Amino acid sequence: MKAIVSVIGKDKTGIIYHVTKALFEEDINVEDISQTILQDYFTMIMLVSLKDNANIDLINEKLSALSNELNVQIRIQHEDIFNAMHKI
Amino acid sequence: MFGNNEIFETIQMIDQLHLDVRTTTLGISLLDCISEDVKTTCNKIYDKITLNGKDLVKTANQISSELGIPIVNKRVSVTPISIVCAANHGQLEVIKTLDKAAKAIGIDFLGGYSCLCQKGMTDYEKEFLLSIPEALASTEKVCSSVNIGSTKAGINMDAVKLMGQVVKDTAYLTKDNDSIGCAKLVVFCNAVEDNPFMAGAFHGVGEKDLTINVGVSGPGVVKHALERIDGDLLEVANEIKKTAFKITRVGGLVAKETAERLGVNCGIVDLSLAPTPVVGDSVAHILEEIGLESVGAAGTTACLAMLNDAVKKGGLMAASNVGGLSGAFIPVSEDAGMIRATETGALSIEKLEAMTCVCSVGLDMIAIPGDTPSEVISGIIADEAAIGMVNTKTTAVRVIPVYGKGVGDYAEFGGLLGQAPIIPVSKYSPAKFINRGGRIPAPIHSLKN
Repeated sequence: MKAIVSVIGKDKTGIIYHVTKALFEEDINVEDISQTILQDYFTMIMLVSLKDNANIDLINEKLSALSNELNVQIRIQHEDIFNAMHKI
Repeated sequence: MFGNNEIFETIQMIDQLHLDVRTTTLGISLLDCISEDVKTTCNKIYDKITLNGKDLVKTANQISSELGIPIVNKRVSVTPISIVCAANHGQLEVIKTLDKAAKAIGIDFLGGYSCLCQKGMTDYEKEFLLSIPEALASTEKVCSSVNIGSTKAGINMDAVKLMGQVVKDTAYLTKDNDSIGCAKLVVFCNAVEDNPFMAGAFHGVGEKDLTINVGVSGPGVVKHALERIDGDLLEVANEIKKTAFKITRVGGLVAKETAERLGVNCGIVDLSLAPTPVVGDSVAHILEEIGLESVGAAGTTACLAMLNDAVKKGGLMAASNVGGLSGAFIPVSEDAGMIRATETGALSIEKLEAMTCVCSVGLDMIAIPGDTPSEVISGIIADEAAIGMVNTKTTAVRVIPVYGKGVGDYAEFGGLLGQAPIIPVSKYSPAKFINRGGRIPAPIHSLKN
């Protein structure tokens, strides 16, 4: 499945490194990435693809632990929710 | 493809504005569990609910996890038990089975201890209505609803009279918890058969065997969208429609996914702005954002009418099957803005009644003095049913005569049910009218054929 990973929080060094490393460890491929810094706030959106047998609960747990560690919000959401809301 | 701004908009809706899927409700027909033997019925019911509902919670949690949106409640609605038990009179045993089955599959609530008696009652249905207080007091998860009127049938005033007493008795039997049993009991006019929301959900006899109905909410999202609007009311209505559209699309997605994974029929999406006591999740605050100093002010009914209509219009385009109650709920104890307005005196039961003419349901979660006579409660039910009958809409009454408490006291229900200041009701008696019994005939516009 395709999913969107979003990262929002105060900028610091190594955010991209840690997030992509965690995704790599879960065998998640990053297909597209965009990143900006707005008023010291780091925002990153990644389009990723997961294997069909990916364990989303486990990935959520891992990203949640990383969120706490880096003090930023990291989320992974199936692309369907954005398609449903913003595409007719 | 969607842009980054749209991704952030969705995240903000969920994170800060309390957008959630309020309920995924699995409707289960119990018609094939009917038997003259109570024990057989109980066994069949337990097996059918636990077999078909065993994956409901797990599936909903999984979808919630994938989409990153909370699915707050997982519920089951069943065929009205007054139909299922008519042949064996075993309703008080069946309700224990329902409670046990609900606990076994880990759902939050089960609806359907219900009776449809809008035109008349059989002797058994009378017995069933009288069993409601004990049924609600002796179980945790089961909710009850009774349909006492419809545009087609008129209002069954014998049932209205009885329900005044049933509400009082339920309050008494659950007096140790501020009469919370009454929060699980709704009296309807024009009840709908595919409503996913509690306490009024039941699985209509015209429905398929198994159906998923989903209720979405998001008053905070609508309020936030309106904060940006400086224009006239047409612009306000348009913004509500756009927001309702997006919210309903999420509901549609969740309904489709859940139904597919459970292998059952995908029913309706009910877009009802259902508040919670949490700050930022209030329907009253939407009305205030439109331009009222406080909900209850002159103009409240007009604002609510526009909100309710715009929500329906936005929702209608977003899902192939929009149903249930779809609109704006105004439960007092569950809405921070409504609670405050009743505290300050800005909102009275009379104004709430006017609001129910244009909102999606009716007088909801209103705490009234414990010594309110049963005839007065019946009178409140009759008034509300008359509004529903004449306007061809669903109306309902869920009032809580809080035992041992009076005006100025608070009823504390906790959780999503919140707390409510007890508000006064009319001191004048409708006893003679209520005791006449019989039926208020259906209105002229019921003759459409």
